[in-house]
Amino acid sequence: MSLEIDVHHSLGTFTLDARVTAPPGLTALFGRSGAGKSTLVNIVAGLIRPQRGRVIVDGQPLLDTDRSIFVPRHKRRVGYVFQDSRLFPHLSVRQNLLYGRWFASGTGGAAGDFDSVIELLGIGGLLQRRPDSLSGGEKQRVAIGRALLARPRLVLMDEPLASLDEARRAEILPYIERLRDEAGVPILYVSHSVAEVARIATTVVMLAGGKVVAVGPVAEILPLADTDDGGSVLDAIVKGHDETYQLSMLSSPAGELQVPKVAAPVGASVRAYIRSRDVMLSLGTPQDISALNVLSGTIATVTARGAQADVQLDCNGVPLLARVTSKSVERLALRPGRAVHAVVKSVSFERS
Amino acid sequence: MTPEEWTAVRLSLLVAVTATAWSLPVGIAVAWLLARGRFWGKSLLDTVVHLPLIMPPVVTGYVLLLLFGRRGPIGHFLDAAFGIVFSFRWTGAALACAVMGFPLMVRAIRLSIEAVDPKLESAAGTLGANPLWVFVTITLPLCLSGVIAGAILCFAKSMGEFGATITFVSNIPGETQTLPSAIYTFTQVPGGDAGALRLTLVSVVISAGALLGSELLARRIGARRVAT
Repeated sequence: MSLEIDVHHSLGTFTLDARVTAPPGLTALFGRSGAGKSTLVNIVAGLIRPQRGRVIVDGQPLLDTDRSIFVPRHKRRVGYVFQDSRLFPHLSVRQNLLYGRWFASGTGGAAGDFDSVIELLGIGGLLQRRPDSLSGGEKQRVAIGRALLARPRLVLMDEPLASLDEARRAEILPYIERLRDEAGVPILYVSHSVAEVARIATTVVMLAGGKVVAVGPVAEILPLADTDDGGSVLDAIVKGHDETYQLSMLSSPAGELQVPKVAAPVGASVRAYIRSRDVMLSLGTPQDISALNVLSGTIATVTARGAQADVQLDCNGVPLLARVTSKSVERLALRPGRAVHAVVKSVSFERS
Repeated sequence: MTPEEWTAVRLSLLVAVTATAWSLPVGIAVAWLLARGRFWGKSLLDTVVHLPLIMPPVVTGYVLLLLFGRRGPIGHFLDAAFGIVFSFRWTGAALACAVMGFPLMVRAIRLSIEAVDPKLESAAGTLGANPLWVFVTITLPLCLSGVIAGAILCFAKSMGEFGATITFVSNIPGETQTLPSAIYTFTQVPGGDAGALRLTLVSVVISAGALLGSELLARRIGARRVAT
């Protein structure tokens, strides 16, 4: 399964000029609002017809303006999960789920088995309900199921969690991860949340002003993200659990980490995400502090951002980003090559 | 009531039901075009549809007579090709009522189609439904209350239509004499007051019944939609 996009589309003053190749797994389209993420997925879905370009799935063109090919949306077999679930209000959950499947019958394709999709998304108890009686999280799970049951060759998700609160996001993310690992359909996932992308993406495509500015694996791209929410990704292995204090010990190339107990067995690999503003720097070995995690490293780069600065550390080969004030940079004389200790105040982590 | 009065009541119901039934599919199609279509001449279509609403009914009736009369271009063709005759027949009365009720029907349906979220329609499209299926499975069920309201408006207008009907097909008892024409005739003869009053009561009962029926139907659709 492969997806190739190369499009040019102007709308008023905005110009989208993007070339993206999505490998298998979950490709996150990441960027600020207005970067052209949604326009790009709408072009793939056939909801927008660009002035120029190509969209090719598995060698079959869905769009090729040079060859005057424009496959209408209902023939694209692209599963689209919208931010606002868009369940049909006059149909039951079961009828919603079966809607696309009915049109897809006889086309063959992966991820079409009703029972396994119901089980994957945990929506078996909702089948007789009406969409307006569902919670936001339940609606999104049904919307994901509906898209999957249409036997898509490709799944598009346009900020499927943006309208949900933190608890509902946590409820849905595991299902998207299972989808990524089990359904075998490539997913194009639009998001402007670093935490979300860090957790679920295989590949990140960073968009800014309608252009692709970076493509690559999560750990390489995310530290480049020019957001207030920057951070670093750390791949780690669960070494053990401490039942008394409800902690888990993780081992990573950068050092040992103690984090609130994760629901992963010993030996499982997890992906930790450390926000740059949750990292404090210290020249001497920090003692008598409440934070449990101290990693040592050397400063690789210091990038000034007005009153603040991003300090990138090299912790035994692993990049770690710290956000400090310019005053601290001067006071501690933070410059490349200097050995420092990074105090990590909080770690969010997910199974990878 | 006299047999003649019953005939007028029966004829009126036949004319109104026929007019509503024939104009409903056309009305839905035109309402959809006006609500969702993007084509050249859309405002022209809009104007033509609304003409009967703003013109004097007598003018509409006279235009129908010119076009659909035996010697009119359309009437002559229909007579010669299919043997369909409108002038001075009850079918002509139905045509006049359909034309007069059409703008009301289209307006109600159009508004309810515009109230259907186009995002639901594009979602249905990405799930594999072609535009016709999207309309049948999503748009139409979601605007059903507007379709019912439009049909009732057209029916009510047909029950009360007078000017265009009497101009186009005259006032022939047993053929084109609908309730309003019959009431009018009663008021023109001495001692016709009792008959006019009886038919007026019948007219009120039918109109109220139609309104009540549509309310019940709309409520049932609403109830089905929120049922868990």
